[in-house]
Amino acid sequence: MINWANFISQCFNGLVLGALLALISSGLTIIYGTLGVLNLAHGAMFMLGGYAGWLAYTYTGSFIAAVFAGAIFVMIVGVVVERVIIRHFYHRPHEDQLLVTFGLGIVFVEAVRFFFGSLSKAVPPPPPLVGITSLGFMFYPTYRLALLGIVTVALLALYLMLYRTRIGMIVRAGIEDAVMVDSLGIDVYKVFMLVFGIGAMAAGFAGIVNAPVVSIAPDVGEAILVQTFVVVVIGGVGSFPGAVLGGLIAGEIISITSMFNPGYSYVMLFVAMTLVLVLRPYGLLGTAGRE
Amino acid sequence: MSREDQTPGGVSRRGLLWTGAGLVGGALLPAVVRPAFAVGDYPPIGTFPAGSQGDTVNIGAAVPHTGTYAVQGEDELKGWQLAVEHINNGDPLLKKIAPKVTKGLLGKKVNLLSADSAAKPNQAVQEMQTFINQSKIVLMTGSTSSAVAVALNKFAQREKILYVTGISGSNDTTGKDCVRYGFRQNFYGETAANAIGPVLVKQFGKNRKAAFMTPDYTYGHTVTQSVNDYLSKNAGWTMVTNQVSPLGTQDFSQYLTNIANSGAEFLINVNWGRDAVLSIQQAKQFGILPKMTLVVPYQIPFLAKETGPELTAGVYAATDFWWTLEDKYPLAKEFVDAFYKKYNYRPEWGANNAYMSFAIWARMVSGAGTFYPPDVIRQYEKGETFPSTVGDVHFRKEDHQLVRPVVIVRGKKPSDMKNKEDYWEVLEVVPGEPLMQKPDAFGCNLGDYT
Repeated sequence: MINWANFISQCFNGLVLGALLALISSGLTIIYGTLGVLNLAHGAMFMLGGYAGWLAYTYTGSFIAAVFAGAIFVMIVGVVVERVIIRHFYHRPHEDQLLVTFGLGIVFVEAVRFFFGSLSKAVPPPPPLVGITSLGFMFYPTYRLALLGIVTVALLALYLMLYRTRIGMIVRAGIEDAVMVDSLGIDVYKVFMLVFGIGAMAAGFAGIVNAPVVSIAPDVGEAILVQTFVVVVIGGVGSFPGAVLGGLIAGEIISITSMFNPGYSYVMLFVAMTLVLVLRPYGLLGTAGRE
Repeated sequence: MSREDQTPGGVSRRGLLWTGAGLVGGALLPAVVRPAFAVGDYPPIGTFPAGSQGDTVNIGAAVPHTGTYAVQGEDELKGWQLAVEHINNGDPLLKKIAPKVTKGLLGKKVNLLSADSAAKPNQAVQEMQTFINQSKIVLMTGSTSSAVAVALNKFAQREKILYVTGISGSNDTTGKDCVRYGFRQNFYGETAANAIGPVLVKQFGKNRKAAFMTPDYTYGHTVTQSVNDYLSKNAGWTMVTNQVSPLGTQDFSQYLTNIANSGAEFLINVNWGRDAVLSIQQAKQFGILPKMTLVVPYQIPFLAKETGPELTAGVYAATDFWWTLEDKYPLAKEFVDAFYKKYNYRPEWGANNAYMSFAIWARMVSGAGTFYPPDVIRQYEKGETFPSTVGDVHFRKEDHQLVRPVVIVRGKKPSDMKNKEDYWEVLEVVPGEPLMQKPDAFGCNLGDYT
């Protein structure tokens, strides 16, 4: 099955998968980079975005309403969680932060399971994006093609927000040195709240735009969380460009390996992560000392 | 007594013969009939007698509430809960399977403890260890993954506590990983292959090309091998690709891309639980379905409900139970009615399998008259035929596998469904005995009783 048509198909496949991983990872990495909190509830927030969007879709029948609902609901959840819980953990050991976000993730997942059950829920793509499209070398689901565009636009928006706005400049400064930002008279805790909200929103947005591809269930974020961590480690903790690069690399590794032996797809992903950790411990685009 | 019967010693000839026969018989007795222990005379083993000394006996179930098999696990748990309720109430349905059950089992209330295994073997074993330590469970159950079933099999043998599998279709469970303390109610993957294979060949002919999707653990590998062996040896089918994916895969795009480029005519999907739902939904997204014909060798509870009947219409599958068997078997009707009354939906085969596994255990314990595990095992090994929700069945003593029919179903079109749960049409109920390979075909060696 190793032929050019399949190789190109898998490369393209990896691009789509990688773009999605990049979006989710970018949320995780800016939260960690700015707040120093490794958010183990990030997968649950991905899931919450899917469910909020599904609910909105059920009531409105509009995919666009679903996307807005998914993203905004999870941003609100992120802000509330940061205000009520996370901010009490900024000065506590990393172990405590891991435990509290891990626990939050369980609470979110089980709450959704309690209210909506374990059966998966499907969110259909908008009618113009249903079906398959011929790319010449392969047929590809039209919505997945659109997903590549949607995610690219979302990543671009995040980039512009981080690199072309004043608030983005403060966030990036916070990633480099939060104490210095605080010393300059900027209310760093408000920035933290905003960053947590934006990071969560990225996960929520990814959760709902991915729902037409992978139907949602309470555990949908669990596997994504693991892959997202690998992406962040490969790209460099706290680096937005690193998350994008790491996502694309991870997507390609998973897809191309599967062409030779699908059983080794995820093995190769972890091999790549190990290699990066050995050769460049702070990730491909990470900065030494940023943790 | 006549005079001729008297011996010189004053003992009658008949008396002497009886005495001699008694002595010879007595000498042989240990070999053929075990001594009848009074309660308290049995040597301790596993959690016996501590687990059955009070007025309640505990059963431990490590069942997935989370993860890829959560939906199936929840259904399965309901089957066990209903069975426990029926045992404790002496329900007429249960008494038809286990006539010696009164209210409770041997005068004791049965209590079911359950914990989330997430379909992970290590987690399941740890939970069972906790149940043993804290609650002295007399029976273990709970698998929706054969990896868990195999792990609990070995754990049961080590701890000398009975284990009845939940859902487990791997050939290894009562094959190379069989144990004296483990029993399986649902059939081998090999049996499913032998049942559905002829149907596929009859329907689709010879020399076809098939792509397989296989979950990467014991169930997936053994079922894929059994189905492929049958189709290739008997009808010249070719496996053009086998896409092996880890349990819990969410995005099957890379696997489906390989399948789309494989030239296959059939997609034989061995994935199970949520993996099956997602891989089938995504195969549709990629246009693989309906271009290729989907086959599900081992049916998955709730598959049609989750994917929608449009995707399962015309799909052939082998299954343990489908609720419309109520038209054929009176016990099936009683079971479906009782389940529906309690849970407000019609049971899938996981729930049926769970109910039957406990009902059979209750039959064996009440038949043995004790919870002493070796005696209960011997009761199973008698191989008695007894009624079930799919007709008469019996256990094979050599591999502790239930010999039971396999139900072949085909997915209904939405327009043919008579109600919202009428997803499958029962095509055939294939008798189990002719489908079964020899007990030692997969290397079963049961091990010791004590």
